[in-house]
Amino acid sequence: MSSGVGYNDQTGAETAVEAGQETTPTTSSSGAAFGLFSADFKKNEDLKEMLESNKESLKLEAMKRVVGLISKGKNASELFPAVVKNVASKNIELKKLVYVYLVRYAEEQQDLALLSISTFQRALKDPNQFIRASALRVLSSIRVPIIVPIMMLAIKEAATDLSPYVRKTSAHAIQKLYSLDPDQKEQLIEVIEKLLKDKSTLVAGSVVVAFEEVCPDRIDLIHKNYRKLCNLLVDVEEWGQVVIISMLTRYARTQFTSPWKEDAVFDENNEKTFYDSDSEEKKGPTEAKPYMMDPDHRLLLRNTKPLLQSRNTAVVMSVAQLYWHLAPKHEVSVVTKSLVRLLRSHREVQYIVLQNIATMSIQRKGMFEPYMKSFYVRSTDPTHIKTLKLEILTNLANEANISTILREFQTYVKSQDKAFAAATIQAIGRCATNISEVTDTCLNGLVLLLSNRDETVVAESVVVIKKLLQTQPTQHSEIIKHMAKLFDNITVPMARASILWLMGEYCDRVPKIAPDVLRKMAKIFTTEEDIVKLQTVNLAAKLYLTNSKQTKLLTQYILNLGKYDQNYDIRDRTRFIRQLIVPSEKSGALNKYARRILLAPKPAPVLESAFKDRDRFQLGTLSHSLNVKASGYQELSDWPAVAPDPSVRNVEVIEPVKEWAPSLGKAKQPKSDAKFYSDDEEKEEEGSERSTSSEDDSSSSSSSNSDSGSEEESSEESEKTSSGSGGSSSGSEKSSSDAESEQRQKKKTKKRTRKPAASDSDSDENGNADQASSSATESSSESESDSGSDSPAPQKKAEANTQPKMAVKSKKEVSLLDLDDFSPVVTNAPKPSVISSSLLSDLEGLSLSNVSSAVQVTSPSFGPVKTYELLHHMTGKGLAAKYHFPRQPCLYQPSMVSVQVILTNNSDHALEEIHIGERSPASLNVHCFNTIERLEPGASVTVSMGVDFSDSTQAANFQLCTKEDQFGVSIQPAVGELLMPFTMTEADFSREQRNLQGMNETSATVTMATANTPRQAISKQVLSVANVGAVSSSQDNMLRFSGRTVSSKALLLVSLDLKDSSAVLLTINTEKTVMASMLLRDLTRALAQA
Amino acid sequence: MIHSLFLINASGDIFLEKHWKSVVSRSVCDYFFEAQERASEPENVPPVIPTPHHYLISVLRHRIYFVAVIQSEVPPLFVIEFLHRVVDTFQDYFGVCTEAAIKDNVVVVYELLEEMLDNGFPLATESNILKELIKPPTILRTMVNTITGLLMLLPLRHSPLRTRNPRLLDDVSFHPCVRFKRWEAERILSFIPPDGNFRLLSYHVSSQNLVAIPVYVKHNITFREGSSQGRFDLTLGPKQTMGKVVESVLVSSQLPRGVLNANLNPSQGTYTFDPVTKLLSWDVGKINPQKLPSLKGTMSLQAGASKPDENPTFNIQFKIQQMAISGLKVNRLDMYGEKYKPFKGIKYMTKAGKFQVRT
Repeated sequence: MSSGVGYNDQTGAETAVEAGQETTPTTSSSGAAFGLFSADFKKNEDLKEMLESNKESLKLEAMKRVVGLISKGKNASELFPAVVKNVASKNIELKKLVYVYLVRYAEEQQDLALLSISTFQRALKDPNQFIRASALRVLSSIRVPIIVPIMMLAIKEAATDLSPYVRKTSAHAIQKLYSLDPDQKEQLIEVIEKLLKDKSTLVAGSVVVAFEEVCPDRIDLIHKNYRKLCNLLVDVEEWGQVVIISMLTRYARTQFTSPWKEDAVFDENNEKTFYDSDSEEKKGPTEAKPYMMDPDHRLLLRNTKPLLQSRNTAVVMSVAQLYWHLAPKHEVSVVTKSLVRLLRSHREVQYIVLQNIATMSIQRKGMFEPYMKSFYVRSTDPTHIKTLKLEILTNLANEANISTILREFQTYVKSQDKAFAAATIQAIGRCATNISEVTDTCLNGLVLLLSNRDETVVAESVVVIKKLLQTQPTQHSEIIKHMAKLFDNITVPMARASILWLMGEYCDRVPKIAPDVLRKMAKIFTTEEDIVKLQTVNLAAKLYLTNSKQTKLLTQYILNLGKYDQNYDIRDRTRFIRQLIVPSEKSGALNKYARRILLAPKPAPVLESAFKDRDRFQLGTLSHSLNVKASGYQELSDWPAVAPDPSVRNVEVIEPVKEWAPSLGKAKQPKSDAKFYSDDEEKEEEGSERSTSSEDDSSSSSSSNSDSGSEEESSEESEKTSSGSGGSSSGSEKSSSDAESEQRQKKKTKKRTRKPAASDSDSDENGNADQASSSATESSSESESDSGSDSPAPQKKAEANTQPKMAVKSKKEVSLLDLDDFSPVVTNAPKPSVISSSLLSDLEGLSLSNVSSAVQVTSPSFGPVKTYELLHHMTGKGLAAKYHFPRQPCLYQPSMVSVQVILTNNSDHALEEIHIGERSPASLNVHCFNTIERLEPGASVTVSMGVDFSDSTQAANFQLCTKEDQFGVSIQPAVGELLMPFTMTEADFSREQRNLQGMNETSATVTMATANTPRQAISKQVLSVANVGAVSSSQDNMLRFSGRTVSSKALLLVSLDLKDSSAVLLTINTEKTVMASMLLRDLTRALAQA
Repeated sequence: MIHSLFLINASGDIFLEKHWKSVVSRSVCDYFFEAQERASEPENVPPVIPTPHHYLISVLRHRIYFVAVIQSEVPPLFVIEFLHRVVDTFQDYFGVCTEAAIKDNVVVVYELLEEMLDNGFPLATESNILKELIKPPTILRTMVNTITGLLMLLPLRHSPLRTRNPRLLDDVSFHPCVRFKRWEAERILSFIPPDGNFRLLSYHVSSQNLVAIPVYVKHNITFREGSSQGRFDLTLGPKQTMGKVVESVLVSSQLPRGVLNANLNPSQGTYTFDPVTKLLSWDVGKINPQKLPSLKGTMSLQAGASKPDENPTFNIQFKIQQMAISGLKVNRLDMYGEKYKPFKGIKYMTKAGKFQVRT
C-alpha cells in the first residue's frame, strides 16, 4: 500500500496540478511565438523566474512548460541551473518532471548535472521501492562518464534489492552503463550472471535484454538458468517473453542436435548411419527411434507453445520462429493458425507476418495451403501488403489449386494499383514455369494482356512472356510475331528491349519480320533509351551473322550510330560487336567463333521467389525483414553434429554467493510493497514455490558422497545429536553455511533418522561442489580466473569434478525417486495459499526432466548447510524439529536473523496446533511462524522464523507447543550466522579497514593443516564459518571478506594474508570486538583443519 | 532497443519527440519523409525503413505516424506492437488520439512515455498499472469499449468463464491474465481481471463452420464503351439475422479513375462522392427488410476515355446488436474470492470487420 500511495500521492500538489492544467492551453497556443528568437529568450527568462520562486505551483507550471519545450525539440538547456535546484523537491509531480529534464540535458551540462547526484544516491536508499527504482533509472540515464563508478555501485546494490521491480531497473541500468563505458563489461557481466539467477518473472526479461546487449556470446551463463527460464516463461511479462524466446532459440541451436534428421532419413540413407555412429547412444538399440530429443529441447518447445495464444503479436511471432528453427518438421505446423490470426491485426503487423510467411511458404507449402483464402488481396490493402500476399499465393500454387489462384489473379490484374497489377503478371509467369500443366494457359492469358490498354500491364506481360518463351521457344513463333506487331505501340523501354531480344534470339523463326524490325529501329535509334539501344545492337549483330545479305548495311549504320553515342556503355558494346562480327585484319581468332558466342543456346531464366534466400536470417528479425544483416544481428548457428554435454544444465552446484540472498526473500515480500505488480507478484510466488519443489533433485543429487568428512566435525555432530533436546552443543559454533531449500532439509531429515551421524558429510561434500564449480559468480577475482568464465575449457573442468559425484549419486537417486510423493509435501511448505494450478502443471513438466537427473531451477545457493537439532523426536513425543540458518535477510525485521525450522511428525498420529509458546529472556524478539494446524504422521513442514540475537551468541530459548504438549527448546547461533554479507569494492574495503584499526583489530597467524592450500579452499572455509561476502581482490595473496552484523549493522572486515605456503595471517576489523575474537577463534579452527 | 520516438502528422510536421537514450537528431526523419513522398497513399509507407545509422519502424494510426528509431537488431513486431500499445494508451487516457489531444496533454504524454519504456525496453504497458502511476487527465471516461466480435463488461474477480462448444473456436488469443493451462485442460477461462476494460480473448471461427454473412449486395454497375455515361444500381438486404436489425450500415467504394462525377439517388441515408479521390460513401443507417435500401443513378465519365477495366469493390460496415454471428455464447460466469454480489451482464454485438464485396 505505502508505495502505491507514495508515488501517487498528489494531494499536496492537487492545487498545483489544477493550476497547471488550466495553463496548458496557454502553453500550446503560445507555441507560435517561439518562432521569434527574442520571444523565445524572454519566455525562458520568465520560466527561470518561475523556477526560482518559492511557490510550488509556479515551479510546477514552469516545469510543465519546459517539458512542452523539450517535446517539441526546442532547446531549453540554459534553464539547467534553475531546474536542477528542484531535484530534491518534495513534490513528486515536480520531481518527475525535473527527472525528465535532467535525463534530456545532463549530457550537455555535465558539471551542473553532478550537483544532482547526491540526491539520487540518497533516494537509492529510500524505503519506497518505486522511489529507489526511479532514482536508479534517472541516475543511470545521466550520461556523464565521471559518475560511472557511482552507477556501478548503485547497480550492484540494486541487483540485490528486495524488490523485484528495483532489480528489474538495475538490469536496465546495466545496458545504460555499458553503452556509456564499455570498459565496465567484465564487472557488468558479473552482475548479469547474478541477476540471471533471479527467480522473479519481472527480472527475467530485463536481464536477458542486458545479456543480449552486453555479452550475447557468453552462452555458458545460460546453462544453469536454462530450465528455470523455460519454466518461468509463461509468467514473464510479454516483452520479456520475446527476448527470452529469441535468446533461447539461439541457445538451443548450439546445444542440441538437429531434430530434422528423421526426415533426412527418407532421402539420404547414409546420413542416418553417419549420425547413428556418434551422436546418441540411445539411438543404437531402438531401431524405430533413430533420434531422441534432449528433454531440455522438448521442455523449451512445450513451454513456449501456450504462448502462441498470446495477445501480443510479437510473442506469437517469436514462438513461431522458435518452432521453425527448433521443432521437428512435423511439429512446425502448430504455429500456422496463430500466424494466420495475426493477419487480422494492424497493417504493420500484417506486413511483418506476411514477410515471414512468405519465407516459410517456400519451404513448407503444406503449412499454409489450407489457409489460402486468408491471403486473398483486398482492394484496400496497401501495395506492400498486396505484393506480399501475391508472393505467398504464388508460393502456395500447385496443380490442385492453380485454377483458383489464377482466377484470383485475373481480378488482381485489373486492379487500379498498377504496381500491383504488374506484380501479378510476374506472379502468373512464376506459376506458369513452376506448374507445367498451366504454362500454355498462362501464356495465352498473358498474350491477351498484350492488348491491354494500360502500358505497364503490357510491358510487364512482354517481359514475362519473353522469359516464358525462353523455356520453350519452338512452338511459339506466333506469339513472337504478335509481339513484333505490337512493337510500335509499346513505349516502355524494358518491354521494347525484351521484344528486340526475342527477335534476335529467335530470328530464324521469324526470318522475314526480324530484319524489318531492325530497319525500323535504325530510323529511331538515337531517340531510344540506352537499354533499347543495347538490344538493337545485339539484334543487328545476330541478324548480321544469320542473314548478312539483308542486314549488312543496316548493321553497319547502327554500329556507326552506336560508335558516337553519348553513353560509353553503348560505345563500348558497339566497338566490341564490330570487332567480333566484322571480319578485318585486326580482328583475331575470335571472329571465327562470333556465331557461337552470340547465338549460343541460353539457359532459361528461373523465375523464383524474392524470398528464396531469406531463410538465411532468423525469422522474425529486423534483418529478415530488410533482407540485409542489421547491426547487432546474432547469427543462428547450425545444429552441432554432436550435442555438447547436456549435464551443464543440471543445477546441482552450490555457490557461495551470499550477497544475493535477498532475491530469495522477494517471494515472501509483503504484499503491500507489490501493490502495482500484484499479478506478477503472485505468479512470482508460484514461481519460487515451484522452484523450491524442483530443488528436490538438486539436493538429492548433491547431498551424498562423504569422501573426506572432517573428523572433528563429525564427532561434534554426533555429540550434539546424542546430547538430546538441548541441541546447543558447543560444537555448533562452528557453523557451516547452509542452503535455502527446505526440500533438501527434508531429505536430510529422512537420512538422519536412519543414520543420525551422517549429516556432517554435507558440509564437506557441498564444499566440494563449491570448489569444483568455483562459482563464476563469486566476485573475487581469483575465482574468476579459475572459472575462466569466457572459455569453455574450465567449465569442462568443473563438470569433470562434478562427474564422479554424479555417479555416486545415481544410486541414491533411485531411492529418492519414490520421493516423488514429496511434491504434495511441498504444498505444506511455508506458503500454502499460493499454490495454483500452474504450479501443478509445472510439476508435471518436471517429471520429464527427471529422466536426465535434471533440476529445474537454479537459485542463489550457498555453501554447505549445517542443520542443528532443535527437538529430538524422542523428547518431543514424536515431534522432531531441526533448524538451520538460511542466510537470507530476514523479512520480518532487518535486525533479525532468519532461521528455518523443519518440523517432522514421527509419531503415529497427527499433531495439531504446532506453535511457539513462551520465550526467555522475555525481551527476546522472535518472529514466530504461523500456527500449523495439523501435521500428518510422517509429514514434515518447513517454517521460517526470525530471531533478534542482538549480535550475541546467547541462545534464544522458547517453547515449542503442540495442542497437548510443550517442549523447551533453544537456538544458539554461531557467531558467523550473526552477520550479513556486505558488498564493497576493494578500495572501500581498504579505507574502512584503516578506520578500524587499533583496538578494533584482531589478528592471528594460522598454520594450515596442509601446505599450499588453494585459495578457493580457504575462501570456502571462511564462507562456511561466517556469512560474509567476498570482496574482489587485486592481490594474489590477499583474500578479503566483508559483512555487517545483523542487528547493529556494524561493519566487519576479514582479511587473510597468505604469507607463505602454510601460514595465513588472519585479521578481523570491527567495532564489535567480542564478536571479532569469537569469529577469529572459529576461523582459526576451520582453517587449521582445511 | 527503442531509441527515440517521433510523432509526425499528416502534413509532415514532427510535433513531438522523445528520446530514451542519447538524443537522435530529428533529421533522421528525412528518410521517413522521402519514403512518404514515394508512397502514393499514406498507408503505403513501408513500416520498416533502413537509414545509414538507424532503422525507422513506424505505425500509422489516426493519421499520425508514430516513428520509432532503432539502432540495432530487434524483432520489428516487438516495436510495432509497442507503438500500437502507445496509441491505445493515449486513446485510453485522452478519449481520442489526435494531434490536438496529444499537444494539450503533452505533460501526461511525456510522463506516460517515460513510464512505458526504460532504456528502450518496455517497462509498464498495462493500462491499470499506468493509471496508478499517472492519473488520466479526466476521470470521466466512457464505459463503452467496443471489441470486434463481442463485448464483455466484467467488473469481477477470479472469474472462471465457461464457454460452450469449444470446437467453434478455431483459434483464440488471450489477455495475459487468463490461465492458459486451465483453458487447455478444461476449456474454462479462469482469470483475475485487471481493473478497467480489457480484451479478454479474441477468437477465430474455423472455416468449417461457415458463418453466413448477414448482409447481401445486389449490384448492377455498367460502363458502356464510347458513352460518357455509366449506370449505377446498388441494393442492400439482410440475410439470416434472426430478427435482429442490421444497423450503422456504411458502404464505401473507390470508383474507377475515369468517373468524373456521380449523380445518385439513395432510397435512404445520405451519400457523398469526392470527385478528386473518387471515393463514394453511402451512410445507410438501418436496413429495413421490408423496404430494402438502394442507391441508383448515373455516373458521368471522362469523354472519349475508354471503359474502366475494373469494377469497383464495396467495403461494407455494419453492426448487429444482441447477436454474435459466430454463435459464441457465454455459458456461465462464476466469481470467487469476493464477498459482494456482482452485477453480471453480457452484451453481444456483431460488427463487420474488413468486409469487402467484389463486383
